[in-house]
Amino acid sequence: MHAFPNKPLASAPAVELKSISRHFGNHTVLQDITLAIPRGQLFGLLGPSGSGKTTLIKLMTGIDRADKGTVAMLGEPMPQLKMLQTFGYMAQADALYAELTGKQNLAFFGAMFGLKGALLQARIQSVAKLVDLTNHLNKQTSAYSGGMKRRLSLAVALLHEPQLLVLDEPTVGIDPVLRQSIWKELSALSKQGVTIIVTTHVMDEAEKCDRLGLIRGGKLIAVDTPKGIMEQSGTTTIEEAFIAFGQAGGEEA
Amino acid sequence: MRIKALAIRIIHQFIKDKRTLALLFLAPLLVLSLMKLIFDGQTVSPAIGAVDIPPTLIEKMEQLHADITVFANASDAQSALGTGDLAAILQLDGGQPKLILEGSDPSVNKAVLLLLQNAFQNGAASTSPTISYLHGGPDMAAFDAFGPVLIGFFSFFFVFLLAGVSFLRERTSGTLERLLATPIRRSEIVSGYLAGFGIFTLLQASLIAWFSVDVLGLYMAGSIGYMLVINLLLSLTALTLGTLLSSFASSEFQIIQFIPLVIVPQVFFSGLFNLDAMNPWLQKLSLIMPLYYGADAMQGIMIRGEGWMDFHRDVYVLIGFSLLFAILNVLALKKHRRM
Repeated sequence: MHAFPNKPLASAPAVELKSISRHFGNHTVLQDITLAIPRGQLFGLLGPSGSGKTTLIKLMTGIDRADKGTVAMLGEPMPQLKMLQTFGYMAQADALYAELTGKQNLAFFGAMFGLKGALLQARIQSVAKLVDLTNHLNKQTSAYSGGMKRRLSLAVALLHEPQLLVLDEPTVGIDPVLRQSIWKELSALSKQGVTIIVTTHVMDEAEKCDRLGLIRGGKLIAVDTPKGIMEQSGTTTIEEAFIAFGQAGGEEA
Repeated sequence: MRIKALAIRIIHQFIKDKRTLALLFLAPLLVLSLMKLIFDGQTVSPAIGAVDIPPTLIEKMEQLHADITVFANASDAQSALGTGDLAAILQLDGGQPKLILEGSDPSVNKAVLLLLQNAFQNGAASTSPTISYLHGGPDMAAFDAFGPVLIGFFSFFFVFLLAGVSFLRERTSGTLERLLATPIRRSEIVSGYLAGFGIFTLLQASLIAWFSVDVLGLYMAGSIGYMLVINLLLSLTALTLGTLLSSFASSEFQIIQFIPLVIVPQVFFSGLFNLDAMNPWLQKLSLIMPLYYGADAMQGIMIRGEGWMDFHRDVYVLIGFSLLFAILNVLALKKHRRM
């Protein structure tokens, strides 16, 4: 057992994984993953579909539990119910209540995080402005376009001013203009000191991250800055680097 | 060509969905077996208490398959009738035969009257008996007897479907996952569902009670407040059972599949059908069916005008069921978040 301090240390990494493994039945989804993500970093998990990105994210957040290894968030051992208060999570599905208006959706999830009264209203207005939905707050969510739903979903994740933001493929199925605006938003949040962990399989998005983790077949095959990864593999694009690392990993196995 | 492709696709889908396949073939067998057990058991012999009845008449009635119990005095017989152990009392009152029917179930009343008619026609006594009813009366229609059970059944059925489907949608739309990524406790989710749906089930129970008594004019001997309490408890049981079972369904379709497995058997054991003809150990199955307790209390209140002391056990059992299902539900949510 690792001795984690009781109070979150300012110096402790945002997320720290030690020798994580996860199996579903006979199938090994994640194998011996060790990774530390410092605070304030915009960290990208890059990997093809089915490589274990979503499972890794669920282990970090404590929604799922590892079969082997330990997970700590902000210095606290996970999973812990109270730690769910410290991060915002946006899954692949939009996960909104279609019968409710945008505002009612925000108010509901805000209440889940203990926000109420004037503070809740202020936060709703603030996140709505951030994702450019202020004029659509009183519309029923079922009438939203795909992009608006995605933005509202992001707004829900930002509502309680989390120190850590975990986003699972936030730009899937989103047009290029909106994709760019979401990434601009993520960079801005990152500059404010919010740690962001984002999964993606879009290579050009990966270049916008401070640091990248390449994941393939449940193994973490490389962790470095986008530039470092390209240098290591002697390639000029992330895409080529990913393929080069994938082949190397395949030979080892 | 296209028709063939479509047909083949449907066959593939069926083969993949083992549960649907099993349901398609096995559910009709289950329901038919239940029906056979209920409608094709031993012959029904109405339980009649005899007070001061000449042995020749008793013999005659026993030949006609009556289940006769001889009582030494009228008051013992009366209390047996009150507890429902007897369907009727036949006594001689100053030489004049007198029949008191329990009256809750019109089909039992009919059976007793027919049996006595036959017995008297065969010349065992010269005069036909005067008839009186402990509950209800000669005008009580079949619907007056079934009504209380049906009220309970429909509350149960609709709340079960509604709760099951809405909890399932929470899962399939991804909102449950998002909800579980907030610091909410699993027990808080279940309690919240109970509170939110509880308000609507309370309204539904009130509407049904008012409509069936005041508009449809169902026979009502007891208190409408009691009726409301039972209906509400029955709905809560349906609510907790529906949300619990939705954890084991992956589509709305599979929720519908619970109807023949969970709802239909309860109907058979709810008191709509007389279970006296059924094998006694099979009758014991009704003890695990929530609808049985709800229907029993509803019939007691509406037909026999029962008070709290008569049906309080049903109330405790229904609360017990709701608590059990709610706790299992909290445990079932562990599948989605292990804390």
